[in-house]
Amino acid sequence: MLEVVVAGGMIFCAVLAIRSSYLLQSAIWLAGSSALTAILLYLMGAPQIAVIELSVGAGLVTVLFVFAINITGEDASTVLPSIPRPAAWAAVILVVAAFAWMVLPGQQPAQVEAGLAGFSTVLWQDRAVDMALQVVLIFAGVLGILTLLGKPAAAGEPEGGDSDD
Amino acid sequence: MTIEPRLVITMAVICLVGIGIYGLLVTRNLIKVIVALQILVKGAILALVLAAKYQGQIQLGQSMALTLIVADTIVAVVGLALGLQVRRRIGSLDLRDLTKLKG
Repeated sequence: MLEVVVAGGMIFCAVLAIRSSYLLQSAIWLAGSSALTAILLYLMGAPQIAVIELSVGAGLVTVLFVFAINITGEDASTVLPSIPRPAAWAAVILVVAAFAWMVLPGQQPAQVEAGLAGFSTVLWQDRAVDMALQVVLIFAGVLGILTLLGKPAAAGEPEGGDSDD
Repeated sequence: MTIEPRLVITMAVICLVGIGIYGLLVTRNLIKVIVALQILVKGAILALVLAAKYQGQIQLGQSMALTLIVADTIVAVVGLALGLQVRRRIGSLDLRDLTKLKG
């Protein structure tokens, strides 16, 4: 029953994050959706990833969104959609139906007993390549943040020293 | 009548994927596109952990979900930085205005 309430709240927050006209409200609803996702992950028996989702998804990403929105300003999304809404709905129904067909099996398999290896063993030994990839990704993220915080170039000033002289 | 948690979470995953794809299709604001992408990835994280749980490899699912969260966060950071620079240069976050960029 608790899963139903949490999942319902998560979907509600996600819908409002998409439908909200204001970017700041959208970011706040997204944070709510992330927090409820973390609760759902905890209920599924994945506490480590629930903590990470809560701190990164609901914390760090929300701070970044609020920061970026404060810099760019509230650009209320009142513009027309990219594609006509009926076409978007048709595409969504098609994708969701295909996805549901894949993930909703006719027979529910019995739950298998959990493996013996701990999270740290799997993470640092079995998934060592993933960890190396994450280090590279984090460096890319640091570069992204530096760009986010970087001062804008003055008007007419050539950037990166690539002036043709 | 009790609803099986697995079915509830599967339906939630399907809804999140649908909402995310709808947002990606109809939104022209760059920041809203990143929000839609975040929602889509949340569905993927839940699906990954759910599948791992019912295969008895929850730790493997958690480690893969961790990679997904890191990658998703980096995508958000780089996307927001890109949006900020686009806003500074062309004064808009509308994706259609990006066609005015010159290389």
